[in-house]
Amino acid sequence: MTKASARNMFIGASVIVWAVLLVLTYLSHVSFPERTHPEKITAQVAYGKKVWERHACIDCHTLFGEGAYYAPELGNVIERRGEEFVRTVLETAAVQGWGTTRKMPRFDLSREDIDALVEFFKWLGEVDTAGWPPNIEG
Amino acid sequence: MKYQYESQRIAYPYFVVAMILFGLQILFGLIIGSQYLWPDLLFPAIPFNIGRMIHINLLVVWILFGFMGSAYYMMPEEVEGEIFSIKIAWVQFWLFLIGGVTAIVGYLFRIHDGREFLEQPDSVKVGIVIVALLFLFNMLMTILKGRKRSTISIVFFGGFLGLALFYLFAFFKPANMTVDKYYWWWVVHLWVEGVWELIMAALLSFLLIKLTGIDREVAEKWLYLIIGLTFVTGIIGTGHHYYWIGTPEFWQTWGAWFSALEPLPFVAMVAFSFKMVSKRTRSHPNRAAVLWTAGAAVMSFLGAGVWGFMHTLPQINYYTHGTQVTASHGHLAFFGAYAMIVLAMASYAVPNLRKVTEITHQKAEVFAFWTMVVSMMFIALSLTGAGIVQTYLQRVLAMPYMETQGYMRLFYGLRLIFGFIFALGLAVYLYDFFTPGKGRREV
Repeated sequence: MTKASARNMFIGASVIVWAVLLVLTYLSHVSFPERTHPEKITAQVAYGKKVWERHACIDCHTLFGEGAYYAPELGNVIERRGEEFVRTVLETAAVQGWGTTRKMPRFDLSREDIDALVEFFKWLGEVDTAGWPPNIEG
Repeated sequence: MKYQYESQRIAYPYFVVAMILFGLQILFGLIIGSQYLWPDLLFPAIPFNIGRMIHINLLVVWILFGFMGSAYYMMPEEVEGEIFSIKIAWVQFWLFLIGGVTAIVGYLFRIHDGREFLEQPDSVKVGIVIVALLFLFNMLMTILKGRKRSTISIVFFGGFLGLALFYLFAFFKPANMTVDKYYWWWVVHLWVEGVWELIMAALLSFLLIKLTGIDREVAEKWLYLIIGLTFVTGIIGTGHHYYWIGTPEFWQTWGAWFSALEPLPFVAMVAFSFKMVSKRTRSHPNRAAVLWTAGAAVMSFLGAGVWGFMHTLPQINYYTHGTQVTASHGHLAFFGAYAMIVLAMASYAVPNLRKVTEITHQKAEVFAFWTMVVSMMFIALSLTGAGIVQTYLQRVLAMPYMETQGYMRLFYGLRLIFGFIFALGLAVYLYDFFTPGKGRREV
């Protein structure tokens, strides 16, 4: 194999794999309405995501298994713990933080923030994640 | 050997900053590693999320400093001409340093965005884009004005261009979390399992040519082979992140087949390095640089190749996704591939930049190499142990998260011990880096 043929193979192969990625990306977008229910992303859910980001929750928790691994998965937290418990955690965290061993810091969360986070978690819980996690514990 | 072009000297401050930030990165690593055992440590001044944000952002910033320093050293020799503009090089150096340090200090005061690894506030993100554009412009002009256009210089440029382009997806923050994650990976995966590998392979080829005296034609043929394998496997291999985030099930097939082949470019890098070193036409006196270069190929194969393969198939990933198995892979892959290739470049270039004419012995650096490599291997093994316990208890037996963590303390303890040994190796390395001359004669 010469250098020129190695280069041509690189270029040819790259074009093909990028094209495949774009086609699969298109097909993914086609599936999103059914799998993620965008019509349920209300202004409140969108604001909940902003609150989630404001406090960098992802750098301790995971969401659909992605994030840090220092605190529990929250993609299915409503199903696992129930809405009331999640509210209690957030309301307590807003005052003094939460937890006994590993602690969640005290976060500046208004009533509106907490409502939005709960709606955000509810929406996450309805996303079709292909059967993951294997059990309710996430 | 002294540097050949005056403008190569601009590489030096880049390497110096890279090393300082590397030291800080490990300091924060020790803090958050300790918090796994003693959660009250530095709480609430530096909670885990802030510490982790700093640990990983410092990693990315020092690696980028290392890439750019490497390029400023390498390009003049590759294209046979001076760097286009030293002024631009200094401007982007200070802009990146100020932007990077501002972001990191800001994190301590809770000023950050909220997406993993992309926590830089938008203003800093814009700054990073400007830095990348200045750097790319400087590189492009250097290549165009040079006497020749080597494959290595083109591949490096292409890799960095891709790095800048894919970073633009960091500005896209849709409200739909699935769509958000989908394109978030276009920054993260297409960087580290895509265009960054082009940068790494280009630097590896450059180092092997310099260190072994092998024929450039042969090296550049290997380079095309390696980056071809990188793209063929890694681009569609993005799919291994699309198994469980609300994306369609067909990704389980595409992601599995292509990402299962992702070790191939690293196999090629190992074969390339060992073949070239064994066929070397000269025995280079800079033994440490040879060690780091061959080491980068081997450790990236282990960290990215083997540890990546371990959990890339959906049948396995279903259970291991989001456990410490991922963390073990992340540590070994990043150190083995990107940290080590930058250290290899630093090891080769910095003595030349300091006009060290004769490298007599490098005991401290070789000691640091083995200490860091072996302890990182054990950090990864400890986290793998933690991950296996977590996978079994939490994912198979459905034990609650916090209860499971209690059973993982032994492995967190081991990880921390090896973390301190790693830091010791790094301390020796940095001492050697910043106090040169011991055992080396300078002019």
